Amino acid sequence: MSFVTGLKCRECGRKYPKEPTAGCSECFAPLEVDYDYDAIAQTLTREKITRREPNIWKYRELLPLDGTPVVGPGTGCTPLLRAKNLGKRLGLTNLYIKNDSVNAPTLSFKDRVTAVAVNKALEFGLTAVGCASTGNLANSVAATAAAAGLPAFILIPENLEKSKVVGTTIYGATVVAVRGNYDDVNRLCTQIADRYAWGLVNVNLRPFYGEGSKTVGYEIAEALGWRAPDAIVVPMAGGSLITKIHKGFKEFEKLGLLDAPVATRIFGAQATGCNPIATAVKRSTCTIRPVKPDTIAKSLAIGNPADGYFAAGVIARSGGWAEDVSDPEILEGIKLLAETEGIFTETAGGVTVAVTQKLVAEKRIKPDDVTVLTITGNGLKTQEVLHTAPPVVIDPRLADFHSAVFGKAASA
Amino acid sequence: MAHTITIPTLLRSLTGGLETVELEAATVLEVVENLDAQYPGFRARICETNGELRRFINFYLNGEDVRFLDNLATRLPEQAEIAIIPAIAGG
Repeated sequence: MSFVTGLKCRECGRKYPKEPTAGCSECFAPLEVDYDYDAIAQTLTREKITRREPNIWKYRELLPLDGTPVVGPGTGCTPLLRAKNLGKRLGLTNLYIKNDSVNAPTLSFKDRVTAVAVNKALEFGLTAVGCASTGNLANSVAATAAAAGLPAFILIPENLEKSKVVGTTIYGATVVAVRGNYDDVNRLCTQIADRYAWGLVNVNLRPFYGEGSKTVGYEIAEALGWRAPDAIVVPMAGGSLITKIHKGFKEFEKLGLLDAPVATRIFGAQATGCNPIATAVKRSTCTIRPVKPDTIAKSLAIGNPADGYFAAGVIARSGGWAEDVSDPEILEGIKLLAETEGIFTETAGGVTVAVTQKLVAEKRIKPDDVTVLTITGNGLKTQEVLHTAPPVVIDPRLADFHSAVFGKAASA
Repeated sequence: MAHTITIPTLLRSLTGGLETVELEAATVLEVVENLDAQYPGFRARICETNGELRRFINFYLNGEDVRFLDNLATRLPEQAEIAIIPAIAGG
């Protein structure tokens, strides 16, 4: 059974029925799913949630499906790890990592939003799905569409990392690379949604799709013992994830599932080569000035972020902040996380780690804050940015091994 | 020569269902004014009361977001292609 009452404009509050739709026909702002929270509060308890299978559907009352999910059985409930080694390096004693780099089926947080959107496409009886993507969403939509038996039409910028292209085409999706950056791709995708009766997950299914990201917040709060953290650092591309994690915490609070009110300071992370939201936060405004992206963090390279206005607002109201880091700092961030915690993240994760370092230096995150880093993607997908030392090559002889490893001939 | 304006679905109720409109104009602002003259109420739908474009409406001139140019004051080349696109997708 569904607790969804309909869709509501995030700006003017105008209400719409549950159907594939891109935005408010009055003011063009994004729409949001509206729920009957009183009814949910009557039925949803900690015990109920804890007893369920470990996937995003354990929070099904707060997700916008009408029926039982058909795809996405293994999505979500990724580890929340106590990161003592990285904490020591950063000067944080209560550091945790939400590790969505091992999400299923395609190793990024996008599997959460895709699972909701593709199930919703099936419920709406749509005959095809698609998206505009910087890579992770492309992988996720292609894989999930294959599992759902739907054709997928996927638009990506021409310059995407090879692993992200192969990780999309392998599922049999129709992949179209567009000359231009993500914002050009996105603009075209909006026009495609206008023309074809498909479910474009981040266009006309976007109100439903975005709800999947709330599960990151639910899982963190549940794993911390039914409390929201003091601080959370979230990478920002379109700015949706950061607002939905906050919404997740607030919904749990509203439903009486938390031990204490939400007082989380929300911190946004961007690359300096594409920092329109961070710039707005630093200027104390929610008005986004679009930029032309130029960064190795291609999964965050959205110069005209659709939810930038809302992301900047959530950050400011929470008492948080936003920072951005250079490409060399991103690479150092990737290496630091790998060497301290054994987690290989993609460029977006490098952004999150490096920004956290900056926030600690600026004393915006205090040493004993319960702090969560949101690691959203897997390093195997963006290997070409890294130039690690090649391995030493030897003949299969013990003496060669010894001299290769210890730098001198073995003593007799 | 006339410019071609692409109208998004959400605004086609104003243009009698037309997907594209041809009109003459020297600037983006004149496009808005001329659309409003031809289809009364158009301007009020896409602009705030202070005359600025609404937060979630973008204008593209030959593929370029006019916010990278001169916003409403952007001058138009001959036979420009202008797309009006709500900024509610992506990410």
